[in-house]
Amino acid sequence: MNLFNIPHNELLQHLLNGLTLGAIYSLIALGYTMVYGILKFINFAHGEILMLGAYAGYYVYYLICDPSQGGSFVIFAFIISLLTAMVISASLGVFIERVAYRPLRKAPRLAPLLSAIGVSIILMNLAALFFGTKSRKFDYPIDNTTIQLDGTSITPNQIMILAVGLIMMAALKLFIDKSKLGKAMRATSQNQAVASLMGINVNFIISLTFAIGSALAAVAGIMMSLEFKLYPTMGQMAGLKAFIAAVVGGIGNISGAMLGGILLGLLETFGVVILGIPQGLKDTIAFSVLIIILLVKPSGLLIKNIREKV
Amino acid sequence: MPLLYTQSLRREFGGVVAVSDVDIEIFKNSITGLIGPNGAGKTTLFNTITGLDYPTSGFVFFKGEDITPLPAYKITRSGIARTFQNIRLFKEMTVFENVMIGRHFRANHPHIVKNKLINFILGRIFVKQEEQDIYESSLKWLDFFGLLDFRDEYAKNLPYGKQRELEIARALATEPEVLFLDEPAAGMNPQETDELMVTIKRIRDLGITVVLIEHDMKLVMNICDKIIVLNYGRKIAEGTPAQVQNNKEVIEAYLGKTDE
Amino acid sequence: MLNFILLIFIYIGIYAISALGLNLIVGYTGLLSLCQAAFLGIGAYSAAVLMTAFHFGFWEAMFISGIITALCGMLIGIPTLRLKGDYLAIATLGFGEIVRNIIVNWDSVTKGPMGINGIPGPELFGFMFSSMDKISWVILIWVIVGISYYFVRRVVRSRVGRALEAIREDEIAASAMGINTAKYKIGAFTTGAFLAGIAGSLFASYNQSVAPLTFDFMMSIMILCMVVLGGLGNNYATVAGAIIIVITSEIPRLFGISHIIPPQLNQVIFGLILVLMMIYRPQGIIGRVKLNYAKILKKEILNLEK
Repeated sequence: MNLFNIPHNELLQHLLNGLTLGAIYSLIALGYTMVYGILKFINFAHGEILMLGAYAGYYVYYLICDPSQGGSFVIFAFIISLLTAMVISASLGVFIERVAYRPLRKAPRLAPLLSAIGVSIILMNLAALFFGTKSRKFDYPIDNTTIQLDGTSITPNQIMILAVGLIMMAALKLFIDKSKLGKAMRATSQNQAVASLMGINVNFIISLTFAIGSALAAVAGIMMSLEFKLYPTMGQMAGLKAFIAAVVGGIGNISGAMLGGILLGLLETFGVVILGIPQGLKDTIAFSVLIIILLVKPSGLLIKNIREKV
Repeated sequence: MPLLYTQSLRREFGGVVAVSDVDIEIFKNSITGLIGPNGAGKTTLFNTITGLDYPTSGFVFFKGEDITPLPAYKITRSGIARTFQNIRLFKEMTVFENVMIGRHFRANHPHIVKNKLINFILGRIFVKQEEQDIYESSLKWLDFFGLLDFRDEYAKNLPYGKQRELEIARALATEPEVLFLDEPAAGMNPQETDELMVTIKRIRDLGITVVLIEHDMKLVMNICDKIIVLNYGRKIAEGTPAQVQNNKEVIEAYLGKTDE
Repeated sequence: MLNFILLIFIYIGIYAISALGLNLIVGYTGLLSLCQAAFLGIGAYSAAVLMTAFHFGFWEAMFISGIITALCGMLIGIPTLRLKGDYLAIATLGFGEIVRNIIVNWDSVTKGPMGINGIPGPELFGFMFSSMDKISWVILIWVIVGISYYFVRRVVRSRVGRALEAIREDEIAASAMGINTAKYKIGAFTTGAFLAGIAGSLFASYNQSVAPLTFDFMMSIMILCMVVLGGLGNNYATVAGAIIIVITSEIPRLFGISHIIPPQLNQVIFGLILVLMMIYRPQGIIGRVKLNYAKILKKEILNLEK
């Protein structure tokens, strides 16, 4: 199929689907990029933090309400479960950093990466042991009847994902650019030693970074389980793709992660529709994008190329 | 004609011009000093010449040939060796092994290269000549620096001054025609610096051209035939030690403007 | 019971060959690769296709599969020229996923999710290796383990090994010493992949079938665990690592309690191995054996010392 003979309402539909997917990738990518910005290390277990956040939200949600009844209490319960999931994921992120990464901060670079891969595998398989491998559906807190707009169908759930994604990203950007703690985070990512000389508690800033990134991952996890499904390995592929999004935008760069996520979401959606890439090979798109960007502009779209200092 | 020269060599990082259209000429068998305040672009200039960094524009000519686009290893093979400001030895390897790595590519004996596969299968027959060459010339360079007694020590366990010497030995093992030394006296005590001066002269006496970045003015003024001064990426002066010492712009660069 | 132990030794052998290849990449050259399972898969599938669709004999198929896998290793080696550490790891992981995707979707060649069945066994001087006859298989595979071991040992103890070590220590310094780091890094990937390809064709021929889901990320992690557990940059530790990991993962079946112990528990153990090893014993149980190249030269090549 060719871009030009797709009716514009269908095009709009794909754009919308791509944006929804992209918003989720962006939320996850932020966690990778923030941690990389400060520790220069890929938190491989980020996808699993997302998955556990989603499970936490799921259990809290069904503990306090019965979504089939609908009504404002369900929405209230959903908000509570979202917040609980954020807190649980944040604590988990901080805990993992303390236990598995902090002891390795001065170790050769392979060590924390291997440790992170280990953590990721442990969490994924523990989740499979405790929650079972079957996938579950997270019931919508709001009526999810499709709205038809000029031949384009949009679900309230998509609107919510886009809205939540946008709010979270704006809030984060504001926090990092304007607040004092945000400034401390930026300083720490520039130079840890100097930041600590300036009286910044570097360990606290690192924990805070993990907490924020993990809380955002929990939100993304719940959005994913609403739009798609909830299962123990959901974090693996989503995490990898979000990481790719972070690399595309320029890892370490907050705006880059947002841009990269949206771009990747759109690319995946349009890759299937326009380029006619079979659904089965959809995941290949992201990895090919990664390898291409790493070869062409390894520093990502929003960062200038910098060579290693000799 | 100079052995090595640059033509308006320029290196920008984003908007910062680290090296600004620098022309330098290095003559055979001389010792050239490159001085300038911190951040003047000296190491960047070294990196762009030795291929560890690429210039934004400009050229580097060595023995009449343009070596600007060559990767670092080819530049080394063409006869340019270097040391690093912050000592980059193979720390977990022994002193002997460090020098052996320096000799690594020189030992490609013609008929070993031709019969690479056969050589791998038959093993020792051809390898022997090649490895013998590596072994003997490594010993020679260790002896040159008096490092023979340390040969089985790990590089990281050597005292600082010896590490600097080992790095020079390793660079010399590549049999260069030009040797670039990036702050060879940094961290040395006065006695070690004196010894280093003697060593650098001995290297020159082997027929090797030396270019060095150095902050120790005593060393620079004593052994250099020519001094090039960089400031803010630009070449502001060059000449004999005496000429440079009396150059107004150089004094200003180091001490700040005096007429304020 | 004896049959089962023989089976375990067959698997240990196959994994040991792949792990030796990975050790060359990760342990000696210092490049973290997360796609060894994909190389195994490429080897297994190439052999399967060559033997079933094109009726090649096992030995030719094994050799060609090794070459095909080596070429794929070369392909993935090219990005390593520009990528450092974690980026490289992710790129190799991505490559592994692409390979798995292609295997699942390329129906006409790989039979898709069904996999390929009816792969014949090797024949040597008229002797047919059958999957029933485990003893001959154990011998065959361990002979190949021995050859691979000797091969990797030869490589790392040679001049090439010295260059790899220098690249691992400080790539920039190595290139400033005139070492063509690109050539050696791609070489390490190519060789590591070749060994995985050989292991893959043994895997396919022994099992008589291949299925795409076998060669997943977890398998790459398992092979990585073997290398890390024994000690990076130590060949016999790598073989020991393969023995420990395979036995650990087969213990439930060994004691007939596999229905109680879920497979995920094994993987939790692999994860724990990685984390705990990195924190408490990053050099591995046995640790790296630092080769003293000056001594090797003196003793083995120049015969200066008896």
